[in-house]
Amino acid sequence: MPKDNGIGASPKRREDVRFLTGAGNYTDDINVNGQAHVHFLRADVAHATINSIDTSAAEAMPGVVKIFTGADFAEVGGIPCGWGVTDRHGNPQQEPRHPIIAHDTIRHVGEIVAAVVAGTLEQARDAAEAIELDLSDKPAVVNMAAALAEDAPKVHEDLTSNLCYDWVFGNPDDDAVQAAFDSAAHVTTLELVNNRLVANPMEPRVAIGDYSRATDEHTLYTTSQNPHVIRLLMCAFVLGLPEHKVRVIAPDVGGGFGSKIFHYAEEAFCTFAAKACGRAVKWTSTRAEAFISDAHGRDHVTKIELALDADNNFTALRTNTMANMGAYLSTFSTSVPSYLHGTLMAGNYKTPIVQVNVKTVFTNTVPVDAYRGAGRPEATYQLERVIDKAARELGADPIALRRQNFITEFPYETPVALTYDTGDYAATMDKLEQVADVAGFAARRAESEKNGKLRGFGINCYIEACGIAPSNIVGMLGARAGLYDAATVRVNATGSISVMVGAHSHGQGHETSFPQVVADMIGIDESMVDIVHGDTGRVPFGMGTYGSRSIAVCGSAMVRATEKIISKAKKIAAHLMEASDADIELKDGQFTVAGTDKSVAWGDVCLTAYVPHNYPLEELEPGLEETAFYDPANFTYPAGAYACEVEVDPDTGKVSIERFAAADDFGNIINPMIVDGQVHGGLGQGIGQALLENAAYDEDGQLLSASFMDYAMPRADDVPFYQVDHSCQTPCTHNPLGVKGCGEAGAIGSPPAVVNAVIDALQSGGKNVAHIDMPLSPARVWAAMNG
Amino acid sequence: MAKVSMTVNGKAASGDVEGRTLLSSFLREQLGLTGTHVGCDTSQCGACVVHVDGKAVKACTMLAQEAEGAEVATIEGQANADGSLNTIQQAFQDHHGLQCGFCTPGMVMSAAALLKDNPKPTEAEIRDYLEGNLCRCTGYHNIVKAIMAASGQDVSSIAAE
Repeated sequence: MPKDNGIGASPKRREDVRFLTGAGNYTDDINVNGQAHVHFLRADVAHATINSIDTSAAEAMPGVVKIFTGADFAEVGGIPCGWGVTDRHGNPQQEPRHPIIAHDTIRHVGEIVAAVVAGTLEQARDAAEAIELDLSDKPAVVNMAAALAEDAPKVHEDLTSNLCYDWVFGNPDDDAVQAAFDSAAHVTTLELVNNRLVANPMEPRVAIGDYSRATDEHTLYTTSQNPHVIRLLMCAFVLGLPEHKVRVIAPDVGGGFGSKIFHYAEEAFCTFAAKACGRAVKWTSTRAEAFISDAHGRDHVTKIELALDADNNFTALRTNTMANMGAYLSTFSTSVPSYLHGTLMAGNYKTPIVQVNVKTVFTNTVPVDAYRGAGRPEATYQLERVIDKAARELGADPIALRRQNFITEFPYETPVALTYDTGDYAATMDKLEQVADVAGFAARRAESEKNGKLRGFGINCYIEACGIAPSNIVGMLGARAGLYDAATVRVNATGSISVMVGAHSHGQGHETSFPQVVADMIGIDESMVDIVHGDTGRVPFGMGTYGSRSIAVCGSAMVRATEKIISKAKKIAAHLMEASDADIELKDGQFTVAGTDKSVAWGDVCLTAYVPHNYPLEELEPGLEETAFYDPANFTYPAGAYACEVEVDPDTGKVSIERFAAADDFGNIINPMIVDGQVHGGLGQGIGQALLENAAYDEDGQLLSASFMDYAMPRADDVPFYQVDHSCQTPCTHNPLGVKGCGEAGAIGSPPAVVNAVIDALQSGGKNVAHIDMPLSPARVWAAMNG
Repeated sequence: MAKVSMTVNGKAASGDVEGRTLLSSFLREQLGLTGTHVGCDTSQCGACVVHVDGKAVKACTMLAQEAEGAEVATIEGQANADGSLNTIQQAFQDHHGLQCGFCTPGMVMSAAALLKDNPKPTEAEIRDYLEGNLCRCTGYHNIVKAIMAASGQDVSSIAAE
């Protein structure tokens, strides 16, 4: 019988009511009295020298308050990169200045060249058209290999080249790795592209800067996944403002998927301009702007080699990847192709030797940073594709080949620096085979063939590392931030509870799931608990929501704070019942003295804490409010196995997803309904990457797919109902809830399954196609079949 | 500037607009009905779907002046008279048909238009009808399921909530 309350139950989401009735409070729904609007004049060329900007005609236009150019920001800092990677020679990454507004040089289409603040948005737009730009075009570099050529034009003249860093991870001994390949019975090699994507949360970014001369305080309303991170970066590195004078509010946020982690120029601009203009300044991104100013994702070009012995055991793995950074280093950009990718290259397998080589490259394109999965999808895709190719070359069953190489004993130290604390990959594969009805595939294939379609079955495994931690280790790896999180549990005098959390909910349902945990621990109804998030003025310093970390890291902080509350409440209860603390038990919201019939209710203890007439004041402070910061001892390691079945139309190359099954191990689960939804959404995005989405640039650096007309977002008729299962649960061993996180799994685990299935379909039709790069559009599939 | 008058969610509404003012801007900025969302600039995403004289319309694709005299319905007017969620809204909550909530008003308005014309749509008909509504969070699974449930169909055999 499913639970109807607390941990493991699926109460309906309380946030839904406001979203379903139009009462949500998204940033663009906020208007500040007297606000002006900013329109950013953005570069329409990828690389140019700015000779001059004449704003005089524009300044005379109706409603114009002030026009800003790069010169206005010469005295403030650039946008910082939050992760410093050390290259294979021990040198730091090359790190160019990242200006708020382009100063002398334009380096990508979409870069801000000037900002017009006016009374209305229309006035600002009209005035921007009157700005005269004198530019000298420079040759753009877009292709990564071309950007690394010796005579390539440099994106940044002050850097030595377009190479950000050349990094090696795992076994750095080239000779030893080569020896493993030389002695292999079989080597499978695959070259592939992990296609460039645009996150495209449905809500475009918005920023509103407000400034009070009365208090010298700034307020920034912004569409962020992590308001404290934005406040810290903007105050400490860009604008030089004291943090206690800056409040960052991220209210309802309409999806993020990574793209709203980063500190963007527009946030710093609106904060700066509000004071400079003496009135609030609002910016709402259009979708067209979003395509050329939100950080993009993925964009790796990889060669992967897998060595196997005569018994099909994996003996070595070597990868060489070029990863696009774009024109500047976005907040977590450099960590994605290095530590978030390299550490996952062992996958679910006991390959003894792994070497990961990564070159990150500057190009005249929009900055690239984390997008749902961030490095882990790139790792999973190449690994699970090369394994599938190896299986085909060896005539081995792809499931059996994987099973044979599974890590089976935990904890397991990988050759790429991680220690997997727990898992059961055979169990998730067993479950997958059942959920996906592998046994029934032959009959379904026969049916498809009867209809003139090719049917393919593809599987893959994945592992991800969530809740990046601990802070001291990630600090050694180059993180310029801690990766703990925080929660304050404030119990009110009448027993209701507000929990202020550092995590931010922008679709994940924290407002429903987090109270389930606190209510369960105390034994009260969930309706007595609310969470507060998204406001640096109200919540403790937390690192926000990304990397599937919210419940594993912030949830753990919330548990620790609640434990402190319970501990103190027991002391109060002990006093009220004249018993020893150690004898007090809490169950169903009642404190009892063990072995007696004495009891006192939760609400009475809370009231006593705030009305301490009968209270041990000499030993205990009044009140009932506790904060905890939680820094995890290790990552968590969700893992699973996914299966996709496709039909391919041999006449057109059109792929349709007929079935998709996912068997995940997320450890313990707080709200199964929400977890299913997270997997569904990830699968939708992964299928989008595999079949539809591509951020395509031409050789001049123009983004060709810069609207929903050109960038193929997955639509309802592109995807099937998914079969998802998370009944395999090996609880995380090192956090108090035993949870692992579930937000990114679907996007990490699904692209290889789709591609493996399409290759299987084509092979079944007698087409000797070993690989097609994503997205598997009809044109690409047809060309591969007929090529 | 020209004066425009219409009926929005059963109440008279009017305001002064420029010729270029979109219906979506008029609803959001002049009437404060911010439930109608704008997620793109090419009429693809469908977050701004409202009903104009009973038909589903993308409010970003219609000038406010074109709605002169029209009956406009937005997400703010969809709940039952007592404030409780209507059948479609309730089905979205029951089946977790929304996550971040940004596409949701458009999804609900599109679903209402679909069910008016086709009270028992098949899965394929729903997926086809939602061609003009993008969602980035749900992978569409629970949206399709919610609309089937709202139409009175048994969705218990569809995998997982």
